Amino acid sequence: MELLRIESAGKRFGDFVAVNGVSLTLPAGRLTAIIGPNGAGKTTLINLATGAMFPDSGALRFKGEDITRLAIHHRIRKGLSRSFQIMNIFARLSVLQNILVPVLARHGRTAIPFHGMERETEAVAEARQVLHEIGLLDHEHDPAGALSHGDQRLLEMGIAIAPAPQLCFLDEPSSGLTPTERSTVLELIRRLSAERRTTFVIVEHDMDVVFSLAEWIVVMNRGEVLAEGLPAEIRENRAVREVYLGEEFSA
Amino acid sequence: MTGRLSPRATILVALLTSALFLLPWVAGKYPVYLAIQILILAVFSIGFNLLFGYTGLLSFGQAGFFAVGAYGCAKILLAVPNLFLGIAGGVAAAGVAAFLLGILSVRHTRIYFSMLTLAFGMMIYSVAWKWRDYTGGDDGLVGIPRAPLEIPGLVTISMAAMEHYYYVVLVLSLAAILAMYRLVRSPLGLTLQAIRDSETRAAFAGVPVQKYRLFAFTIAGLYAGLAGALLPPLENTVTPPIAHWSTSAEPVLATLLGGIHTFSGPIVGAFLFFVIKDVVMRFTEYWLICFGIIVVAMVMGFPSGIMSIFENRKRPAVPPDADRAAKAANASAKK
Repeated sequence: MELLRIESAGKRFGDFVAVNGVSLTLPAGRLTAIIGPNGAGKTTLINLATGAMFPDSGALRFKGEDITRLAIHHRIRKGLSRSFQIMNIFARLSVLQNILVPVLARHGRTAIPFHGMERETEAVAEARQVLHEIGLLDHEHDPAGALSHGDQRLLEMGIAIAPAPQLCFLDEPSSGLTPTERSTVLELIRRLSAERRTTFVIVEHDMDVVFSLAEWIVVMNRGEVLAEGLPAEIRENRAVREVYLGEEFSA
Repeated sequence: MTGRLSPRATILVALLTSALFLLPWVAGKYPVYLAIQILILAVFSIGFNLLFGYTGLLSFGQAGFFAVGAYGCAKILLAVPNLFLGIAGGVAAAGVAAFLLGILSVRHTRIYFSMLTLAFGMMIYSVAWKWRDYTGGDDGLVGIPRAPLEIPGLVTISMAAMEHYYYVVLVLSLAAILAMYRLVRSPLGLTLQAIRDSETRAAFAGVPVQKYRLFAFTIAGLYAGLAGALLPPLENTVTPPIAHWSTSAEPVLATLLGGIHTFSGPIVGAFLFFVIKDVVMRFTEYWLICFGIIVVAMVMGFPSGIMSIFENRKRPAVPPDADRAAKAANASAKK
């Protein structure tokens, strides 16, 4: 099934063309990696897909429905989520509360004004389940801002998967992590993909991560899609090798 | 942030509440008058702090809604001498005003939001000043009766004695504080705090951010309106200076004094505000200068407000992980 279809989306910032007529189809259940040198337009493409910014041209369809100019929170409710390259958590809230916000939002219970959280047993149980999956249950009452860098990245990913998205973009999920934290993240991505709960699209610089996870690779360069295909095809692609000067593919 | 108070805090709150109820028996007219002023500023400030400390929006225009509440209440009392109607009408008018101006204000954040609210507040100030036929211009509205609290056919309680009116203010203020205490611990309160910490993240968690900012703005307006509506029956007059931006500064100062990140901060701050003002005024008419110096000293000494002293004591002395504790200390120091 086709989840997201990007139809010749374009975005420019002044004279700089960040994304130049990119068309891409993301089917359900296929873990896709988007790679490319710095400034290739990967993060801008995620921003367009998730509604952080609107495209200047082109269109977006999610499960057949036009979402080109849909507000962010409506996209989340429809099952389209993301994590951030730069840390973005609720620093003053506890770890559990960080996950409770998206869970309550999904249940449509964020506007309840006068009863305490102890009455939200269902949402709390669900949020603790997410914490269990990302391995942060022991820290549930700690302020999120006091977590280590790696744990904050895990929490960031927890907030991204808490809305139970069908499609989830992860912007450099493994950057700045210790080897242990990295394997926790990769294991989580693998497991959620295998359970067919969420289709992930990752933007990643680490080629080991890309080739160990991805079932499909999209290579971007200068705002355009240079190539896409199976990992084995991409490894052999000459144009891709040129962009990367062969260095990262020589291994 | 647990839902229940600690046993010690419960006892403290119970003692304070009983003391407030006993006040008219043990103290003279002036302390009762001062207590009414403190309660009014406390209500005004906790509403303001829902916006500032909990939602991350610094409004400099709350006096506008305070004035709408005060003028609304005064106009009703001049027409129909019923205290309940006057106060309810003032609150409702302020709520409507906050909702309408909120639609325009919450599209912006940070300094842009602050400047917009300042502009809207001063707009209300000039309406109070210039719309002579309705507001009485610079003379204001005079001869506002402290109307009896009347439920037709049931009871009529005279408010002629200030002590009686004190109890009305006390009960309404305590109810407003309790409602706010529940609100900040509810899913809505949590959502507002998430917006404060990261607007983008909140949107990507599925929260319609602007709508929730408007909720907070309207609720803060209702609280400002309640505070304003309690004033005319006490003073029997309403004049334009209550709409001036310097009135907007009062909840800002009270909240900074008491602490923006504790629930009780604005209430304690309101108390300190009047105590400092009262003491300093006995020595000099230039009380604002001294007051300013005290506020600067306190803000520099306790950047998170007076109440943060008690906050820190609650944290465990030796956290399990020394490294994490150091980072936590670092993080809170940065704030």
